[in-house]
Amino acid sequence: MKLKKNIATSEAGFVFNPGTGDSFSVNQTGAEILALIKQEVSPEEIIRILTEKFEVEADNAEKDLDDFISQLYTFNLIER
Amino acid sequence: MKEKQKSRSIVVAVTALNAIDSPGPGIAVIRCLREDPEFDVKIIGLSYESLEPGIYMHDLVDKTYQIPFPSSGTDMLLTRIREINEIEKINVLIPNFDAELYNFIRIEDRLSEMGIRTFLPSAEAFDARDKVNLAKFAEKHHFTIPPYRVIFQLNELKQIAENLGFPLVVKGKYYDAFICNSIFEAEKAFFKLQAKWGVPVIIQKFIPGTELNVAVLGDGRGNALSIVPMRKLYITDKGKAWAGITIENSQLTETAVRFVKATKWKGGCELEIMMSADNKPYLLEVNPRFPAWIYLTAAAGQNQPAALAKLAMGYELPEMKEYQAGKLFIRYSWDMIVDINEFQKISGTGEL
Repeated sequence: MKLKKNIATSEAGFVFNPGTGDSFSVNQTGAEILALIKQEVSPEEIIRILTEKFEVEADNAEKDLDDFISQLYTFNLIER
Repeated sequence: MKEKQKSRSIVVAVTALNAIDSPGPGIAVIRCLREDPEFDVKIIGLSYESLEPGIYMHDLVDKTYQIPFPSSGTDMLLTRIREINEIEKINVLIPNFDAELYNFIRIEDRLSEMGIRTFLPSAEAFDARDKVNLAKFAEKHHFTIPPYRVIFQLNELKQIAENLGFPLVVKGKYYDAFICNSIFEAEKAFFKLQAKWGVPVIIQKFIPGTELNVAVLGDGRGNALSIVPMRKLYITDKGKAWAGITIENSQLTETAVRFVKATKWKGGCELEIMMSADNKPYLLEVNPRFPAWIYLTAAAGQNQPAALAKLAMGYELPEMKEYQAGKLFIRYSWDMIVDINEFQKISGTGEL
């Protein structure tokens, strides 16, 4: 799982795709997940980090992460 | 610290000072020229009408002269430019209106004899990208364009509209386009465009997608020296970008490279492209001059108008490769207060 080349993200949750000019806002959790994806952290490790940091069960964290990643695919922000 | 002196003083004449809701590119071109670190520019504005805002922007335009409308022909234009040149000793002339370009291309050699340099496309290249000839050009050079027909009379419209289907785009010969959802709207658009720009009128299939523009500078030998793509973020009811952002997109760059190579384009131009939902770039139009948003190219790191002035002056320039994607422009309107004496002067004497 890898963000597309040159996708710009900010700590505040702003995401810009320079290939299309699309921009998006994500919440703080989304921004943190994006930062982890950018560092090429595996989904399993992201789930572990989320369960440590937030009050969330691993099953729910996995489901939320899947939803989030599927949106990243939809918006063409992640390599297929 | 002492400011670095600019090394060369030049006089540049620029047209299209109509910074209005559907703006001409002149003011943006002038801003770019003024920012070039090498040139100390004196700007001579060339205007057609007394209410072109650039005439009164004295911090950008040093002196303005009115010139005859393009319909007056090249003899009158040449006579007027000669008069102006005797006073101002113009080094470079940058015309920025589609409707005037053909005249300037025709008198290019005569201007050169007067010492006025231009950097304009050949008449063949200018004609090849004309809206009326675009299908032939696209077929020859393998560009994808939306299906369209060129009509001269209203009675041709109905059948063509039925074949293309609605919505469709009804476009003027030089400027203006209307998206029409019914035959009634299409007929109304035809009459408007016929009255304003004459015939033919272009009827084009509407392609839904993302509107993208590319500002390009060609060296006249088939090389694109600068390519800066922009996505429109806010579009006015006249279809003009009121805000936009630079993007990096290899399909757009490749389209621009192929266009410049095919036409050996000399000077600035703007490719209008619709990126369809299935990611296919449709070439909608090629405007034969810089776009009104050209200052964004300078802001993003490739000052195309300054480079054009240098090319006209005989400089050899390398291809500009780097620019900043994600640079935005947001246009705004501003009410200038102008003394009636200035308006009287430009209206009465043809200069200010």
